[in-house]
Amino acid sequence: MRVPATIRIQQSDFDVAREIAALGADRTDIGAVVTFSGLCRGPEGGDAIAALTLEHYPGMAEAEIKRHVDEATSRWPLQGVTVIHRFGRIEPGQNIVLVVTASKHRQAAFEAAEFLMDYLKTSAPFWKQEETPDGKGWVEARAHDDAAAARWTKS
Amino acid sequence: MKVKYFAWVRERVGKAEETIEPPSSVHTVGDLMAWLSARDETYAHAFEKPKVIRAAIDHAHVKADAAIAGASEIAFFPPMTGG
Repeated sequence: MRVPATIRIQQSDFDVAREIAALGADRTDIGAVVTFSGLCRGPEGGDAIAALTLEHYPGMAEAEIKRHVDEATSRWPLQGVTVIHRFGRIEPGQNIVLVVTASKHRQAAFEAAEFLMDYLKTSAPFWKQEETPDGKGWVEARAHDDAAAARWTKS
Repeated sequence: MKVKYFAWVRERVGKAEETIEPPSSVHTVGDLMAWLSARDETYAHAFEKPKVIRAAIDHAHVKADAAIAGASEIAFFPPMTGG
């Protein structure tokens, strides 16, 4: 069965409750829905961040997320997936990314959501630039994000 | 072929995209970085640590030894920091 998947790259905000409702609309077979929301943090390593600006690679961002959604639906018995990633200027407290996974039982939904987030961090072509009192700077990639993604690699 | 640059690679190169025609001696993504670096110091600055630079051919991640033959769009960018 083809798993319903929604992938959106957008500048505007999203409504978590509305996305959950949309994923489960007109069906009664879903037993578990897991959501992950990534937000813009204000304090970061001693610096106060005024905002993040997210740059992305249009076309590849959608393609790369779809590749990982397809892998998630082949590895776990999912009933639906929604991934939304914002771009542009985002202030502390605002949403950056949303992953929603639905399955009959919770384990698949939990694991698939974590898998998708780990790969979004290291493979989806997005770049964050921070605005601090000292000026603007590109956020550096973190080794622990690579390690988090690597643990899903099949041996 | 079209080449696109993102984030600090884009800033260092000074443009978001361009169309280039590398000579036939440029076989791989790594060759292309070296060829661009030899053209101008802005590219040399952007690609000064080639092992840090990530690349994609036609919207798919590739390694530096990937062949560029037949590619219509090649992108260079720093490690990703989305999510």
